[in-house]
Amino acid sequence: MTSMSTKTLPGRGDTHEPTAAQPDRSAGRRRLAVRSTARGRQTRAAWILAAPFLALFLAFMLLPVVWSLLMSLTDTQSADLRTPLNVSFTGFDTYVRLFEDEQFVHALRNTAVFVLVGLPLTLATGLAAAVALNSGIGRFRAVFRVGFYLPVITSVVAIAVVWKTLLEPRAGLVNTVLGWFGIDGPAWLADTRFALPVMIVMAVWRNLGTVMIIMLAGLQSVPQSLMEAAELDGAGAWQRFWRVTFPLLRPALLLTAVTTGIGYLQFFDEPFVMTDGGPLDSTLSATMYAYNQFGNGNYDVASAAGYVVFVLIIALTVLQFRVLRDKD
Amino acid sequence: MSTLSALRTAGPGTDRTLRRRRIRQNWGHPWLYLPLFGCLLLMVAPFLWMLSGSFKPEADIRRVPPVLVPTAPTLASYRQLFSSLDFTTMFANSVIVALAVTAGNLLFCSMLGYALAKLDFPGRRAVFSLVIGTLMVPGLVTFVPLYVLVANMKLTGSLLGLILPFLAAPFGVFLMRQFISTLPDELIDAARVDGCRELAIYWKIILPLARPALATLGIITFLGSWNNFLWPLVVAQNADQYTLPVGLALASSGQDFTRFGVLLAGAVIVLLPVMVVFLLFQRHFVAGIATTGLK
Repeated sequence: MTSMSTKTLPGRGDTHEPTAAQPDRSAGRRRLAVRSTARGRQTRAAWILAAPFLALFLAFMLLPVVWSLLMSLTDTQSADLRTPLNVSFTGFDTYVRLFEDEQFVHALRNTAVFVLVGLPLTLATGLAAAVALNSGIGRFRAVFRVGFYLPVITSVVAIAVVWKTLLEPRAGLVNTVLGWFGIDGPAWLADTRFALPVMIVMAVWRNLGTVMIIMLAGLQSVPQSLMEAAELDGAGAWQRFWRVTFPLLRPALLLTAVTTGIGYLQFFDEPFVMTDGGPLDSTLSATMYAYNQFGNGNYDVASAAGYVVFVLIIALTVLQFRVLRDKD
Repeated sequence: MSTLSALRTAGPGTDRTLRRRRIRQNWGHPWLYLPLFGCLLLMVAPFLWMLSGSFKPEADIRRVPPVLVPTAPTLASYRQLFSSLDFTTMFANSVIVALAVTAGNLLFCSMLGYALAKLDFPGRRAVFSLVIGTLMVPGLVTFVPLYVLVANMKLTGSLLGLILPFLAAPFGVFLMRQFISTLPDELIDAARVDGCRELAIYWKIILPLARPALATLGIITFLGSWNNFLWPLVVAQNADQYTLPVGLALASSGQDFTRFGVLLAGAVIVLLPVMVVFLLFQRHFVAGIATTGLK
């Protein structure tokens, strides 16, 4: 019951603290009385409220998750679906074949590069942007917030189309600007050395706004009194950031690291629109590989590839929780 | 903000530090302006390029060196877009799908979110962990069986196939539950004492109070559905079920890619509604993200 009295409406602050104690206690007595008589009604209402979501969830989430696992453990092809009992159980054969396929291993490696380089870059630039906007920009903050967030809300396909024209080797803006400095720009997306780095830069450019906006909300919730106390104790700006602000941002950082990481592991739209995985598979991601296998009717292989990515997502998430969760 | 200024007047600061702090709040650190405006330019440059390109005559787009401001602005690209690629149908499809998916998520997620946040029922913990546990499942794992399922339901030829699998998403439940748990229990108890029935509490008390969270979930879902690409690409079979991103992507990989202007105009059209939604609801968006992210 005591925990109830600390729950307040967001934004109401601590102003009602002295008057709240008296009415709260009587509310507690009333709640006990209500609970004992109305428990059954509450349970029924809860299940009525839950039913529509759970029905959709069962059909379009749980069933496919289990079904997909079964597909990856059998030799299901698209041709077998009219007579699903004809498929035979193959155990982990599909997974073994998957890892023997050089193209898949190559796609996994591309995905790994994408996560290991792209994720830290996104987090760092997003955090830096948030700190800069929070302290350095005063009245222009809204302009910057919209500008940095614009790529996040835009369709990846639209972005990919625009970047494709920007990176066009001869008439594209990027190579023209490089030309002003006497640099002969490469063919970017048609060059095996540059295609993947370009996509990483593109993804960082696109996603740092998410990190920024969440960090900005976190920064603004850091109590001013804490900063003042630290300042009085003689902490410099750098120390105040690492000792006071950063620990408070940790939950927000964990959230963005996990969601961005999950997104990067499923990297698909950009290579699909811009390079179709090429040149020479240099931008082929695990998701693109699965999509291609699906297109060829190899449903077992596509499902197995999906589960490999799923396991990687779980591993990455667990790792991030280990590293970033509050130590206490 | 009010607690902030109260702190400031009560705090031990002198007049000089007070004034310095007020200046900093209004103008920030001016020496940061130059690098930051440089970054801002990098962020919006592709959009400026897109906008200017969509109004250029085709010859201007490929001119070397490029012209940034169209010398003879023209609507030719837009006209061609709507006549040749059937963008009107695609636009309508995108709107229908996004609105239906958003409505479904707002209703179903808030219902379950309320039950999980405030109602005491056996199975509550199990339902919550089950739903939240699937937050990590990649779309890649479910899309093959989903395709088979939707194809067996004979829905690949209709927009319903694009809508149905996305009507209820776990993230929405998480967001609604987080927000509704911050509402005071006393309100619900008082309504019960006054004889309000359980489902009426959800409809008449919780839903109106949860409006900020509903706005956030609404924008996130709308944007997600509007920009969704993989699923409509797989399921839509004929051009009359294409959504905007699918139509644009197919156009860019086909012969139309020689016409830069049409593609850039298409990108502008894809972006416009999203910009409007975001600018209108920006405040809710940030507030909602703060509720889910920081608690």
